[in-house]
Amino acid sequence: MADTAKLYEVWVYLQAEPLFWLTLTIGCYLAADKLYRALNLFPLLNPVAVSILLVSTCLLLFDIDYQRYFDGAKFIHFLLGPATVALAVPIYLNWSAVLSEKRSIIAGVLSGSIFAIGITYLLALMTGLDSVTVKTLLPRSVTAPIAMGISEMIGGIPSLTALITVITGIVGAALGAFVFDTLGIKNMAARGFAFGLASHGIGTARAITRDRTAGVFAATAMGLNGIVTAVLASLIFHLFLNP
Amino acid sequence: MLGPIFLILFLQLVGEAAQRYFALAVPGPVIGLMLLLMLLLITRSSKSQQLAQFRTGFVDTASGLLRHLSLLFVPIGVGVIMHLKLLETHLVSVLIVILLGTVLTMIFTGYVFLKLMRRPSDG
Repeated sequence: MADTAKLYEVWVYLQAEPLFWLTLTIGCYLAADKLYRALNLFPLLNPVAVSILLVSTCLLLFDIDYQRYFDGAKFIHFLLGPATVALAVPIYLNWSAVLSEKRSIIAGVLSGSIFAIGITYLLALMTGLDSVTVKTLLPRSVTAPIAMGISEMIGGIPSLTALITVITGIVGAALGAFVFDTLGIKNMAARGFAFGLASHGIGTARAITRDRTAGVFAATAMGLNGIVTAVLASLIFHLFLNP
Repeated sequence: MLGPIFLILFLQLVGEAAQRYFALAVPGPVIGLMLLLMLLLITRSSKSQQLAQFRTGFVDTASGLLRHLSLLFVPIGVGVIMHLKLLETHLVSVLIVILLGTVLTMIFTGYVFLKLMRRPSDG
Protein backbone atom coordinates (compact mmCIF):
# COMPACT_ATOMS: atom_id res chain seq x y z
CA MET A 1 0.00 0.00 0.00
CA ALA A 2 2.72 2.44 -0.95
CA ASP A 3 0.08 4.61 -2.64
CA THR A 4 -1.76 5.30 0.60
CA ALA A 5 1.45 6.44 2.24
CA LYS A 6 2.15 8.69 -0.70
CA LEU A 7 -1.37 10.13 -0.66
CA TYR A 8 -1.01 10.86 3.03
CA GLU A 9 2.24 12.67 2.35
CA VAL A 10 0.52 14.82 -0.29
CA TRP A 11 -2.32 15.57 2.16
CA VAL A 12 0.08 16.59 4.93
CA TYR A 13 1.72 18.99 2.50
CA LEU A 14 -1.51 20.43 1.10
CA GLN A 15 -3.32 21.03 4.38
CA ALA A 16 -0.48 23.30 5.49
CA GLU A 17 -0.96 25.51 2.41
CA PRO A 18 -3.61 28.22 1.79
CA LEU A 19 -4.46 26.79 -1.65
CA PHE A 20 -6.38 23.84 -0.25
CA TRP A 21 -8.51 25.91 2.14
CA LEU A 22 -9.24 28.57 -0.46
CA THR A 23 -10.35 25.89 -2.95
CA LEU A 24 -12.48 24.19 -0.30
CA THR A 25 -14.18 27.47 0.73
CA ILE A 26 -15.00 28.58 -2.81
CA GLY A 27 -16.02 25.03 -3.78
CA CYS A 28 -18.43 24.73 -0.85
CA TYR A 29 -19.86 28.17 -1.64
CA LEU A 30 -20.42 27.27 -5.30
CA ALA A 31 -22.09 23.99 -4.29
CA ALA A 32 -24.32 25.79 -1.76
CA ASP A 33 -25.20 28.44 -4.35
CA LYS A 34 -26.07 25.78 -6.92
CA LEU A 35 -28.26 23.93 -4.40
CA TYR A 36 -30.00 27.20 -3.51
CA ARG A 37 -30.80 27.91 -7.16
CA ALA A 38 -31.79 24.31 -7.90
CA LEU A 39 -34.37 24.41 -5.10
CA ASN A 40 -35.86 27.64 -6.41
CA LEU A 41 -34.17 29.99 -3.96
CA PHE A 42 -35.70 28.29 -0.91
CA PRO A 43 -34.78 30.87 1.78
CA LEU A 44 -33.72 28.48 4.54
CA LEU A 45 -31.00 27.07 2.28
CA ASN A 46 -29.18 30.39 2.32
CA PRO A 47 -25.79 29.85 0.55
CA VAL A 48 -23.75 31.43 3.38
CA ALA A 49 -25.34 29.22 6.04
CA VAL A 50 -25.04 26.07 3.91
CA SER A 51 -21.41 26.71 2.87
CA ILE A 52 -20.45 27.43 6.50
CA LEU A 53 -22.01 24.10 7.50
CA LEU A 54 -20.27 22.27 4.64
CA VAL A 55 -16.81 23.68 5.47
CA SER A 56 -17.31 23.11 9.24
CA THR A 57 -18.33 19.51 8.60
CA CYS A 58 -15.14 18.93 6.58
CA LEU A 59 -12.99 20.46 9.33
CA LEU A 60 -14.68 18.39 12.04
CA LEU A 61 -14.52 15.17 9.99
CA PHE A 62 -10.79 15.52 9.31
CA ASP A 63 -10.07 17.00 12.72
CA ILE A 64 -8.62 20.26 11.40
CA ASP A 65 -7.88 23.12 13.75
CA TYR A 66 -9.84 26.32 12.92
CA GLN A 67 -6.64 28.39 13.05
CA ARG A 68 -5.07 26.20 10.35
CA TYR A 69 -8.14 26.64 8.14
CA PHE A 70 -8.26 30.39 8.74
CA ASP A 71 -4.56 30.79 7.88
CA GLY A 72 -5.58 29.83 4.35
CA ALA A 73 -9.09 31.29 4.22
CA LYS A 74 -7.95 34.68 5.57
CA PHE A 75 -7.27 35.79 1.99
CA ILE A 76 -11.01 35.64 1.37
CA HIS A 77 -11.71 37.21 4.77
CA PHE A 78 -9.40 40.12 3.92
CA LEU A 79 -11.63 41.17 1.02
CA LEU A 80 -14.43 42.07 3.48
CA GLY A 81 -12.86 45.47 4.18
CA PRO A 82 -12.45 46.56 0.55
CA ALA A 83 -15.92 45.16 -0.26
CA THR A 84 -17.40 47.32 2.51
CA VAL A 85 -15.76 50.40 0.97
CA ALA A 86 -17.08 49.34 -2.45
CA LEU A 87 -20.66 49.41 -1.08
CA ALA A 88 -20.46 53.17 -1.68
CA VAL A 89 -20.81 52.48 -5.43
CA PRO A 90 -24.37 51.01 -5.46
CA ILE A 91 -25.45 53.73 -3.00
CA TYR A 92 -23.95 56.37 -5.32
CA LEU A 93 -25.56 54.85 -8.43
CA ASN A 94 -28.96 55.02 -6.68
CA TRP A 95 -28.35 58.28 -4.85
CA SER A 96 -31.57 59.94 -6.05
CA ALA A 97 -33.63 56.98 -4.75
CA VAL A 98 -31.84 57.22 -1.38
CA LEU A 99 -32.40 61.00 -1.21
CA SER A 100 -36.08 60.72 -2.08
CA GLU A 101 -36.60 58.31 0.82
CA LYS A 102 -34.53 60.22 3.35
CA ARG A 103 -37.46 60.66 5.73
CA SER A 104 -38.15 56.92 6.04
CA ILE A 105 -34.40 56.20 6.19
CA ILE A 106 -33.79 58.56 9.12
CA ALA A 107 -36.92 57.48 11.02
CA GLY A 108 -36.25 53.82 10.24
CA VAL A 109 -32.64 53.92 11.44
CA LEU A 110 -33.44 55.81 14.67
CA SER A 111 -36.44 53.68 15.64
CA GLY A 112 -34.90 50.44 14.37
CA SER A 113 -31.67 50.99 16.29
CA ILE A 114 -33.55 51.57 19.54
CA PHE A 115 -35.96 48.69 18.82
CA ALA A 116 -33.10 46.24 18.15
CA ILE A 117 -31.40 47.04 21.46
CA GLY A 118 -34.70 47.17 23.40
CA ILE A 119 -36.08 43.86 22.14
CA THR A 120 -32.74 42.16 22.80
CA TYR A 121 -32.73 43.51 26.37
CA LEU A 122 -36.31 42.39 26.96
CA LEU A 123 -35.84 38.90 25.52
CA ALA A 124 -32.55 38.43 27.37
CA LEU A 125 -34.24 39.31 30.68
CA MET A 126 -37.14 36.98 29.90
CA THR A 127 -34.83 34.03 29.24
CA GLY A 128 -33.10 34.73 32.55
CA LEU A 129 -29.59 35.45 31.25
CA ASP A 130 -27.01 36.96 33.62
CA SER A 131 -26.06 40.63 33.31
CA VAL A 132 -22.71 40.10 31.57
CA THR A 133 -24.34 37.93 28.90
CA VAL A 134 -27.10 40.54 28.48
CA LYS A 135 -24.48 43.26 27.90
CA THR A 136 -22.65 40.95 25.50
CA LEU A 137 -25.87 40.49 23.49
CA LEU A 138 -27.09 44.12 23.34
CA PRO A 139 -25.11 45.48 20.34
CA ARG A 140 -25.59 42.36 18.19
CA SER A 141 -27.43 44.04 15.27
CA VAL A 142 -24.56 46.26 14.14
CA THR A 143 -21.47 45.26 12.17
CA ALA A 144 -19.00 43.23 14.27
CA PRO A 145 -16.23 45.83 14.84
CA ILE A 146 -18.75 48.40 16.14
CA ALA A 147 -20.58 45.78 18.21
CA MET A 148 -17.32 44.68 19.85
CA GLY A 149 -16.42 48.26 20.75
CA ILE A 150 -19.82 48.86 22.35
CA SER A 151 -19.65 45.52 24.19
CA GLU A 152 -16.28 46.44 25.66
CA MET A 153 -17.54 49.86 26.77
CA ILE A 154 -20.65 48.58 28.57
CA GLY A 155 -18.93 45.60 30.20
CA GLY A 156 -19.76 42.70 27.90
CA ILE A 157 -17.34 40.16 26.45
CA PRO A 158 -16.21 41.51 23.03
CA SER A 159 -15.11 38.20 21.46
CA LEU A 160 -18.42 36.60 22.41
CA THR A 161 -20.23 39.64 21.00
CA ALA A 162 -18.44 39.06 17.68
CA LEU A 163 -19.68 35.47 17.68
CA ILE A 164 -23.26 36.53 18.50
CA THR A 165 -23.13 39.27 15.84
CA VAL A 166 -22.19 36.79 13.12
CA ILE A 167 -24.98 34.39 14.23
CA THR A 168 -27.41 37.35 14.07
CA GLY A 169 -26.28 38.08 10.50
CA ILE A 170 -26.72 34.48 9.40
CA VAL A 171 -30.15 34.21 11.06
CA GLY A 172 -31.31 37.44 9.39
CA ALA A 173 -29.94 36.43 5.99
CA ALA A 174 -31.50 32.97 6.21
CA LEU A 175 -34.93 33.92 7.59
CA GLY A 176 -35.53 37.44 6.23
CA ALA A 177 -36.97 36.54 2.84
CA PHE A 178 -39.18 33.87 4.40
CA VAL A 179 -40.53 36.34 7.00
CA PHE A 180 -41.27 39.05 4.43
CA ASP A 181 -42.85 36.60 1.98
CA THR A 182 -45.09 35.34 4.80
CA LEU A 183 -46.08 38.88 5.78
CA GLY A 184 -46.61 39.88 2.15
CA ILE A 185 -44.06 42.73 2.19
CA LYS A 186 -42.88 42.82 -1.40
CA ASN A 187 -41.32 46.28 -1.54
CA MET A 188 -37.61 45.73 -2.21
CA ALA A 189 -36.46 48.99 -0.60
CA ALA A 190 -38.25 48.18 2.67
CA ARG A 191 -37.04 44.57 2.64
CA GLY A 192 -33.45 45.55 1.97
CA PHE A 193 -33.54 48.26 4.62
CA ALA A 194 -34.74 45.75 7.23
CA PHE A 195 -32.05 43.23 6.19
CA GLY A 196 -29.26 45.79 6.59
CA LEU A 197 -30.55 47.21 9.86
CA ALA A 198 -31.27 43.91 11.64
CA SER A 199 -28.45 41.78 10.26
CA HIS A 200 -25.65 44.18 9.13
CA GLY A 201 -23.14 42.98 6.50
CA ILE A 202 -24.33 39.39 6.15
CA GLY A 203 -27.91 40.57 5.63
CA THR A 204 -26.67 43.23 3.20
CA ALA A 205 -24.71 40.61 1.26
CA ARG A 206 -27.81 38.51 1.01
CA ALA A 207 -29.93 41.48 -0.13
CA ILE A 208 -27.47 42.73 -2.75
CA THR A 209 -27.06 39.34 -4.43
CA ARG A 210 -30.83 39.10 -4.92
CA ASP A 211 -31.99 42.60 -5.80
CA ARG A 212 -30.16 45.82 -6.60
CA THR A 213 -32.62 48.16 -4.87
CA ALA A 214 -32.71 45.93 -1.79
CA GLY A 215 -28.89 45.97 -1.71
CA VAL A 216 -28.70 49.76 -1.85
CA PHE A 217 -31.09 50.26 1.04
CA ALA A 218 -29.48 47.42 3.00
CA ALA A 219 -26.04 49.02 2.70
CA THR A 220 -27.45 52.40 3.70
CA ALA A 221 -29.24 50.94 6.73
CA MET A 222 -26.18 48.93 7.79
CA GLY A 223 -23.82 51.90 7.68
CA LEU A 224 -26.20 54.35 9.36
CA ASN A 225 -27.33 51.86 12.04
CA GLY A 226 -23.69 51.24 12.97
CA ILE A 227 -23.07 54.95 13.40
CA VAL A 228 -26.37 55.70 15.22
CA THR A 229 -26.03 52.72 17.58
CA ALA A 230 -22.42 53.63 18.42
CA VAL A 231 -23.39 57.23 19.17
CA LEU A 232 -26.54 56.27 21.14
CA ALA A 233 -24.67 53.66 23.18
CA SER A 234 -21.90 56.08 24.17
CA LEU A 235 -24.42 58.84 24.99
CA ILE A 236 -26.54 56.58 27.18
CA PHE A 237 -23.49 55.05 28.78
CA HIS A 238 -21.76 58.34 29.62
CA LEU A 239 -24.92 60.21 30.65
CA PHE A 240 -26.67 57.60 32.78
CA LEU A 241 -24.48 54.67 33.63
CA ASN A 242 -21.04 56.11 34.19
CA PRO A 243 -21.37 59.63 35.64
CA MET B 1 -8.46 47.68 -13.06
CA LEU B 2 -5.46 48.46 -10.87
CA GLY B 3 -6.46 52.11 -10.37
CA PRO B 4 -9.87 51.30 -8.83
CA ILE B 5 -8.33 48.61 -6.58
CA PHE B 6 -5.74 51.10 -5.40
CA LEU B 7 -8.37 53.74 -4.63
CA ILE B 8 -10.53 51.29 -2.66
CA LEU B 9 -7.58 50.02 -0.60
CA PHE B 10 -6.30 53.56 -0.11
CA LEU B 11 -9.65 54.83 1.20
CA GLN B 12 -9.90 51.85 3.57
CA LEU B 13 -6.37 52.66 4.75
CA VAL B 14 -7.33 56.29 5.37
CA GLY B 15 -10.45 55.06 7.21
CA GLU B 16 -8.48 52.67 9.42
CA ALA B 17 -5.88 55.34 10.21
CA ALA B 18 -8.56 57.94 11.04
CA GLN B 19 -10.44 55.44 13.22
CA ARG B 20 -7.34 54.71 15.29
CA TYR B 21 -6.03 58.27 15.41
CA PHE B 22 -9.32 59.84 16.51
CA ALA B 23 -10.45 56.75 18.49
CA LEU B 24 -13.74 56.66 16.54
CA ALA B 25 -16.44 54.07 17.22
CA VAL B 26 -17.05 53.66 13.47
CA PRO B 27 -14.82 50.99 11.85
CA GLY B 28 -12.25 51.91 9.18
CA PRO B 29 -14.00 50.27 6.21
CA VAL B 30 -17.27 52.12 7.01
CA ILE B 31 -15.33 55.42 7.12
CA GLY B 32 -13.82 54.39 3.76
CA LEU B 33 -17.35 53.80 2.44
CA MET B 34 -18.41 57.31 3.47
CA LEU B 35 -15.25 58.87 1.98
CA LEU B 36 -15.77 57.04 -1.33
CA LEU B 37 -19.43 58.09 -1.46
CA MET B 38 -18.46 61.72 -0.85
CA LEU B 39 -15.73 61.52 -3.49
CA LEU B 40 -18.15 60.06 -6.07
CA LEU B 41 -20.83 62.67 -5.29
CA ILE B 42 -18.38 65.60 -5.40
CA THR B 43 -16.95 64.61 -8.78
CA ARG B 44 -20.37 63.78 -10.21
CA SER B 45 -20.89 66.98 -12.15
CA SER B 46 -17.36 67.05 -13.59
CA LYS B 47 -17.29 66.98 -17.40
CA SER B 48 -13.78 65.49 -17.65
CA GLN B 49 -13.61 62.63 -20.16
CA GLN B 50 -10.81 60.93 -18.26
CA LEU B 51 -12.76 61.01 -15.01
CA ALA B 52 -15.82 59.50 -16.68
CA GLN B 53 -13.67 56.67 -18.05
CA PHE B 54 -12.16 56.02 -14.64
CA ARG B 55 -15.60 56.03 -13.10
CA THR B 56 -16.89 53.35 -15.51
CA GLY B 57 -13.95 51.11 -14.70
CA PHE B 58 -14.45 51.80 -11.04
CA VAL B 59 -18.12 50.79 -11.09
CA ASP B 60 -17.15 47.52 -12.85
CA THR B 61 -14.47 46.67 -10.28
CA ALA B 62 -16.73 47.47 -7.33
CA SER B 63 -19.60 45.45 -8.79
CA GLY B 64 -17.27 42.49 -9.28
CA LEU B 65 -16.16 42.71 -5.67
CA LEU B 66 -19.77 42.88 -4.46
CA ARG B 67 -21.17 40.15 -6.71
CA HIS B 68 -20.15 37.42 -4.25
CA LEU B 69 -20.18 39.44 -1.05
CA SER B 70 -21.77 36.50 0.80
CA LEU B 71 -18.74 34.29 0.13
CA LEU B 72 -16.52 36.68 2.09
CA PHE B 73 -18.40 35.86 5.31
CA VAL B 74 -17.76 32.11 5.09
CA PRO B 75 -14.33 32.01 6.85
CA ILE B 76 -15.58 33.95 9.89
CA GLY B 77 -18.83 32.00 9.89
CA VAL B 78 -16.92 28.72 10.09
CA GLY B 79 -15.19 30.20 13.14
CA VAL B 80 -18.62 30.66 14.74
CA ILE B 81 -19.49 26.98 14.33
CA MET B 82 -16.08 25.91 15.65
CA HIS B 83 -16.42 28.20 18.69
CA LEU B 84 -20.08 27.60 19.59
CA LYS B 85 -18.97 25.81 22.75
CA LEU B 86 -17.85 29.20 24.14
CA LEU B 87 -21.52 29.94 24.81
CA GLU B 88 -21.63 26.87 27.06
CA THR B 89 -24.80 26.63 29.12
CA HIS B 90 -26.26 29.84 27.64
CA LEU B 91 -26.38 28.44 24.11
CA VAL B 92 -30.13 27.76 23.93
CA SER B 93 -31.23 31.04 25.61
CA VAL B 94 -28.80 33.07 23.49
CA LEU B 95 -30.02 31.41 20.27
CA ILE B 96 -33.65 32.11 21.25
CA VAL B 97 -32.85 35.80 21.90
CA ILE B 98 -31.01 36.08 18.57
CA LEU B 99 -33.69 34.27 16.57
CA LEU B 100 -36.70 36.13 17.98
CA GLY B 101 -34.87 39.44 18.32
CA THR B 102 -33.64 39.44 14.72
CA VAL B 103 -36.98 38.44 13.20
CA LEU B 104 -38.92 41.00 15.30
CA THR B 105 -36.40 43.77 14.49
CA MET B 106 -36.73 42.99 10.78
CA ILE B 107 -40.53 43.07 10.89
CA PHE B 108 -40.59 46.32 12.91
CA THR B 109 -38.05 48.08 10.69
CA GLY B 110 -39.63 46.83 7.48
CA TYR B 111 -43.05 48.14 8.51
CA VAL B 112 -41.77 51.51 9.78
CA PHE B 113 -39.86 52.05 6.53
CA LEU B 114 -42.80 51.01 4.37
CA LYS B 115 -45.31 53.22 6.22
CA LEU B 116 -43.08 56.30 5.86
CA MET B 117 -42.09 55.75 2.22
CA ARG B 118 -42.96 58.51 -0.20
CA ARG B 119 -43.90 56.20 -3.03
CA PRO B 120 -44.24 52.61 -1.94
CA SER B 121 -44.74 50.95 -5.30
CA ASP B 122 -46.19 47.81 -3.79
CA GLY B 123 -46.47 45.64 -0.68
